[in-house]
Amino acid sequence: MTLSAKDKAAVKGFMSKMKSRSEEIGAETLSRMLVVYPQTKSYFAHWPDLAPGSAPVREHGVIFINGVYEAADKIDDLKNGLLTLSELHAFMLRVDPVNFKIFIHCMLVVLAMLFPEDFTPQVHLAVDKFLAQVALALAEKYR
Amino acid sequence: MVEWTDSEREYINIIFSNMDYDDIGPKALARCLIVYPWTQRYFGGFGNLYNADAIMANPMIAAHGTKILHGMDRALKNMDDIKNTYATLSELHSEKLHVDPDNFRLLGDCLTVVIAGKMTVKEFTPDMQAAWRKFLSVVVAALGKQYH
Repeated sequence: MTLSAKDKAAVKGFMSKMKSRSEEIGAETLSRMLVVYPQTKSYFAHWPDLAPGSAPVREHGVIFINGVYEAADKIDDLKNGLLTLSELHAFMLRVDPVNFKIFIHCMLVVLAMLFPEDFTPQVHLAVDKFLAQVALALAEKYR
Repeated sequence: MVEWTDSEREYINIIFSNMDYDDIGPKALARCLIVYPWTQRYFGGFGNLYNADAIMANPMIAAHGTKILHGMDRALKNMDDIKNTYATLSELHSEKLHVDPDNFRLLGDCLTVVIAGKMTVKEFTPDMQAAWRKFLSVVVAALGKQYH
């Protein structure tokens, strides 16, 4: 499911809209993931506060979203562009890749809420394809 | 037996009572066919599915989307026994329609996105989303129950 030129253009266009609300997107996505899929909390047991909108959640939400922007910049070669991030997830964080899909779903739900007019089915398709490729690139170094 | 808390029941009821079936149903099904194009395999007799615009304008798809939502209504009205409520529907999807049960999950995800799109982050709270997700996973499991 390679990204076509049209997909890439749609992703880049939508990312530029997202930048105005990055913090909100990150915080909402992470907050929701921890509540709706409680098993994901297992990766954050060392945080003092896992409640929606808490400081660690907000801070980390920004880190996640910046990672997504970084991936968008490297959209033409995700596998190589995200090697360091992949190594981080594979060797240090050791997040089961099934959770990437969970995070992606939560992000799509948040995008639908924050951008009701812009998150059309066509944009949804392009963003979902892109994020699936990002997840694959992140899992590259796992084994 | 699935246990539902009072707040979960309330959340699910709120979502359904605020839902315009004729709007959400068509949008959810169309989005599923666009975002996951392989799901179109089940809609060969439904006319023009050539591109996103055609899918979104297709009246047969729209009618079917509404029908699906009304089917989910039955789960809402029988929340304490969705498994048995859906026994015949499950058999239908398995024996007659031959739908891969993973598609139920895909449609459920698109339905969640469409429902969320009608609400703000303060309305569709994480707790409401969690209740909705639980409801969907029970529905999906019940629909897959009679497959063999």
